[in-house]
Amino acid sequence: MTSELFLQYIFAGLTYGIIYAIVAIGFNIIYNTTGIINFAQGEFVMLGGMIAISLNPLMPLPLAIVLAVLITMVVGALIEIVFIRWLDKPSVLRLIIITIGISILIREAALHIWGEGVRSLPYFIGNEVSSVSIFGTRISPQVLWVMGVCTIMVILLSLFFRYTLMGQKMQACAANRTAATLCGINTRNMVTLSFMLSAGIGALAGCVMSPITYTEYGGGTGLAIKGFTVAIMGGLGNSMGAVAAGLLLGLLEAFSVSVVPLAFQDAISIAILLIILFVRPQGLFGRSETAGLREF
Amino acid sequence: MKKLLSTSLTIVAVLLAAVSFLPPAAAQAETIKVGAILAVTGPASFLGGPEARTLEMLVEEVNAKGGIDGNKVELIIKDSGASPEKAISFAKQLIEEEKVFAIIGPSTSGETMKIKNIAEEGKTILLSCAAAQVIVNPVAKYVFKTPQKDSDAVRKIYGAMKDKGISKIAVLAGNTGFGKAGKGQLAEIAPEYGIEIVEAEVYDKKATDLSAVVAKLMANKEIEAVVNWSIVPAQGILAKNMRQAGWEVPLYQSHGFGNIKYVKAGGAAAEGIIFPAGRLLAPELLEDGHPQKALLLEYTEAYEGKYNEPVSTFGGHAYDAFKILSAAISKVGPDAEKARTAIENLKNFPGTGGVFNFSPADHNGLDIDAFAMWTVKDGQFVPYKQ
Repeated sequence: MTSELFLQYIFAGLTYGIIYAIVAIGFNIIYNTTGIINFAQGEFVMLGGMIAISLNPLMPLPLAIVLAVLITMVVGALIEIVFIRWLDKPSVLRLIIITIGISILIREAALHIWGEGVRSLPYFIGNEVSSVSIFGTRISPQVLWVMGVCTIMVILLSLFFRYTLMGQKMQACAANRTAATLCGINTRNMVTLSFMLSAGIGALAGCVMSPITYTEYGGGTGLAIKGFTVAIMGGLGNSMGAVAAGLLLGLLEAFSVSVVPLAFQDAISIAILLIILFVRPQGLFGRSETAGLREF
Repeated sequence: MKKLLSTSLTIVAVLLAAVSFLPPAAAQAETIKVGAILAVTGPASFLGGPEARTLEMLVEEVNAKGGIDGNKVELIIKDSGASPEKAISFAKQLIEEEKVFAIIGPSTSGETMKIKNIAEEGKTILLSCAAAQVIVNPVAKYVFKTPQKDSDAVRKIYGAMKDKGISKIAVLAGNTGFGKAGKGQLAEIAPEYGIEIVEAEVYDKKATDLSAVVAKLMANKEIEAVVNWSIVPAQGILAKNMRQAGWEVPLYQSHGFGNIKYVKAGGAAAEGIIFPAGRLLAPELLEDGHPQKALLLEYTEAYEGKYNEPVSTFGGHAYDAFKILSAAISKVGPDAEKARTAIENLKNFPGTGGVFNFSPADHNGLDIDAFAMWTVKDGQFVPYKQ
């Protein structure tokens, strides 16, 4: 393998990987506050892209993206308020089925609003054929955008959880909900906030990746499966683990192309998911004692 | 005096018009039920959507004119969502309960193959809008199809490659029925044209990035051109990934590229893509007097005016199916057996897909001339010239 080809695979892998990581972090945020997996996470990514595409003709691109993220956050909050908040001590299974229902609902609504075709945002810099040369390989500037924006998002999120009061409240919720309530934290609001936050980061990822991958009404499902795999790999609830696992899965997928036929690319991620679930259900970076305390 | 003349002429004209609108008393007018099984929603909705809209438009048009020779048409559209199981139950329902005169569709090859026998046993005319050759080969008495053959598309592409002196190619295909059938045809016909397939890859129909596989193929310096066979957005993604990587070999696509939405989605990367398709893509460029020109312009204008979206070749397949059925009915009246024979004997019948010449042995009726080679220039489809 030439060094040029090697680098090309690395960049392809990092691009997929960071997107998977963002979806996985979305899963984790909601998992941490509610203990459930929100299977509508992929739909947030699709919604962000679609809304930005619809707004783009009316306003400058950065504004359209900001508005799209805000609107998706409102959708996330509404979903929580309408479908989840009023349930009294719901079982995990019931909540998961509700989120699957929501994902189907959003998908069908998107089909009716935006139709069956593919759409995309324009490239932020240059166009479909422009590329920059890095160490002898050529990649689209949008790839750098995706990596840059997603990296910044990960850094800001970890700062948010560590240093802001709101972030610490959410973490308290995740650690022990009853204790958090006793300390005067409104845990229900924290759940709403977690839906908004994961909707927001999903939507932003959906906007930056749209020029590369296109956006279509059904595009969320595939992402949700990959994101779920990554979340499990990294250890549910562990956001830094999700980043590492995401990049790992992306690189594995990219390099797999040189060994096995392209059609097996998705089979690889599913196989990894199964292996992890059987062999190391606490994830690559999780401890088995903590995993044992979880409901799900 | 002059005024009197014009007034009386008007009255005469109105009377004549009224008379001609009266249904002919001799012909027994009845309602003809036409069923349609189309993938209006779901993964193949880009096929079924335009097909259903086209049929609705045509039936409305025909009924506004009083029907086919005075027989009103009732259209029953069933949305299969591209699921073969649903197609089967809808086919049974349409044949046994609704007792339809004929069925138009399904949109996809997989569904059509599942209901081929049902139509045959129910002695109901089936006009499929799906492409695979197996639908009409072997010939089933009641089963017809309107899209062009995929083998002809392959021959057209290989012909263009040969003219350019290309002999070593890479093949990429989506993992759909269409992609698999196309990949098979590409491999089978390659030796006829002295072409060697040095690399072949299949990707998932939901693929959103192909840069890794592009990097792999690009490392093989033997490859002189790439052929991609799919009906999914990856058609545009492949073009983008190739051009971004700076790989400048010609890119050929299948007739599944005949939708201007894909060109828009591909943007600058779609420039220079070469592919075969019917003549619906740019009817205004056809020479005057071409048998398809008038009807292509008429269909484009009516469809785009009504639905405010560009026509696609897929809607055209439903257009052809309905027009072929109407032509047969107006020739022999609303009798299913006679209409079936009439379709089999239809010759020189211009449609959107080409000029149809059916025979008892050929239930597709189109030959390689139904295709023209196209390329993309400045975001538009234009005829391809060497």
